[in-house]
Amino acid sequence: MAQLHVLVMPKMGLSMTEGMVARWLKGVGEQVASGEEVAEIETSKITAAYESPAHGTLRRQIVAPGVMVPVGAPIGVIAESGAGEAEADEAAIDAFIAAREADFADVQTKAAPPPAPRTVATEIGPLQVLEAGPEAAPPLVLIHGFGGDLGNWMFLQPLLAERFRTLAIDLPGHGGSTKTLAGANIPALARAVAAFLRAEGIGCAHLVGHSLGGAVALALAAEALSLSLIAPAGLGPEINMDYISGFIAARRARQLQPVLGLLFADPSLVGREMVEGVLRYKRIDGVEAALQAIAAANFAAGRQSGAFRATLEAIRVPTLIVWGEDDRIIPVAHADALPASVRVVRFPATGHMAHMERAADLARLIMETAR
Amino acid sequence: MAKKSFRQAVNEALSQEMARDPRVIVMGEDVAGGLGAPGEDDAWGGPLGVTKGLMKQFGRERVLDTPITESGFIGAAAGAALTGLRPVADLMFVDFMGVCFDQIFNQAAKFKYMFGGKARTPLVIRTMYGGGFRAASQHSQCLYPLFTHIPGLKVAIPSSPYEAKGLLIQAIRDDDPVIFFEHKMLYDIEEEVPDEPYTLPFGEANLTREGDDVTIVAFGRMVMLANEAADRLAGEGIACTVIDPRTTSPLDIETILEEVRATGRLVVVDEAHPRCNMATDISAQIAERAFEALRAPIRMVVPPHTPVPFSPALEDIYLPSVAKIVDAVRAVMAGGRKAA
Repeated sequence: MAQLHVLVMPKMGLSMTEGMVARWLKGVGEQVASGEEVAEIETSKITAAYESPAHGTLRRQIVAPGVMVPVGAPIGVIAESGAGEAEADEAAIDAFIAAREADFADVQTKAAPPPAPRTVATEIGPLQVLEAGPEAAPPLVLIHGFGGDLGNWMFLQPLLAERFRTLAIDLPGHGGSTKTLAGANIPALARAVAAFLRAEGIGCAHLVGHSLGGAVALALAAEALSLSLIAPAGLGPEINMDYISGFIAARRARQLQPVLGLLFADPSLVGREMVEGVLRYKRIDGVEAALQAIAAANFAAGRQSGAFRATLEAIRVPTLIVWGEDDRIIPVAHADALPASVRVVRFPATGHMAHMERAADLARLIMETAR
Repeated sequence: MAKKSFRQAVNEALSQEMARDPRVIVMGEDVAGGLGAPGEDDAWGGPLGVTKGLMKQFGRERVLDTPITESGFIGAAAGAALTGLRPVADLMFVDFMGVCFDQIFNQAAKFKYMFGGKARTPLVIRTMYGGGFRAASQHSQCLYPLFTHIPGLKVAIPSSPYEAKGLLIQAIRDDDPVIFFEHKMLYDIEEEVPDEPYTLPFGEANLTREGDDVTIVAFGRMVMLANEAADRLAGEGIACTVIDPRTTSPLDIETILEEVRATGRLVVVDEAHPRCNMATDISAQIAERAFEALRAPIRMVVPPHTPVPFSPALEDIYLPSVAKIVDAVRAVMAGGRKAA
């Protein structure tokens, strides 16, 4: 008889505990090739394609779109039948699903909870960090961009945690960190990260920064073992102020959705949950004022200072700059004419969020840089 | 982020606003408990323990146990609001509100207008409402339509712990009198609630589900039921939008209009008595302003026009349910005409 394969809710990122099928891309009875996209999964950060682990016929969609289920829960069944084999009947599939659900219930009772972020008291206030990876491994700090948080590294961090003690932090004014800013410009944000490193007893670390966080990493170049920067701020004057002011002003999902869409080459990756998560963050006391202060200090009159080109000239540690060719927030042209010592990689069909859109490729490049 | 119950979310909102603003006080029957009697202080924290701990944190001067005279302490709270405090009065069951209608309808709601816009009345009245608690007809009503009817009052009905904290903080910071409805069946519901203070704007509806076929509008605890119905219907291939208006006054009718124009079908779920309730109000507004968009008659999922029964069996039949919402959605899907 045909061999049956179960599709389960995938775990996308360290902290993901549940997810939903946003859309089935294959109907019941349709042929699916191994590696072919069978469904879209919506997580709290992004909508991602789910590739079929097997070749065969999609026989069941166990969960309907929009229904939240835990990671690991069976969501579908694929039947793989060799030549001359009989198709599995419906009763066999029912029995297969019941067995997988029983297995899952068993696993779930024994499962360890996902790693939780912790709060570190620093001289500039409490900062939140999510740590993953061996404690004895070299430290690698992940610094998110404007309006982001440590969850932006959900795809990249688990990959880097195999080699590094990864520490994804929330900048002041963001995520679970203090919403009171000691200062809003890039040097002040860099001092906050330095305060965090001191509080943790970390001397030098590999630094990975995205966008505004990339500029923060550049400002900390003296403390860096290596620098991996994704579409960093500070290398040219242009920045899409429709994004910055739209992000600050949006109060409702319908206003925010198109703004967040600017981040990705494919705006449909922005799911309802991601939008709701950002709205919830923006409603917290002090966030709007903090974002306004950061925008005013760094993007006054809709321009960046571009002052970090000079810093790059002087850097002696291995440095990687990665940019999506379809970046609509900071133009990819800012990666042009950089010092020869900097490794520059441009990703085609990628937006401002290479760490979410191209996590596996990026992880490989970072590992080559952070030696 | 920690999971918190609806009860904890309300308590946290009160505690954080009291810490932030010394003008915020809490008053009501047994909001702490034990006043003037030997024995344990703060033994009660309100009838369902929502305000427990506040007295120990902020003292009896800011957490006031009152006599059992609603007309007296609601009047005192209105006066305190008018003269500079920001009182949060706890009126236990909304069913008891009748004895202080003058203080609420004619005084608190009217100060701003009678005093030429110079008076501010930052008063919040928290009250429990709703059926399913086996508490019979005098402790189970919804009554928010009565307060929605009165210009000058704002009316908030949170549908979950996250909503409760954000709406209550907004209510306390608001300069108008707000009647804040807490469904007694929601107190033990848990979800993730941020530790930090945040506000949810009044008059902005929240879409808890999005779909192209049917628009469901629901209030308070009914939002939970509507979400469950929508999830069940998604399995049948019927995609529902669920709108939680969050506040009935102000009411975000524009979002409801927009959604009904998109789906062409409307189901309103309202636990309040069926005559002159939110379901009739919204249906009338939609019929007046978007009749041409309707592809099927509007359906209302409401209880019958009787007092809430004490018999558990009858109460279960009386209340709107997931099954009744599912039936109503199927009916508007079946009874409609094709898109032009």
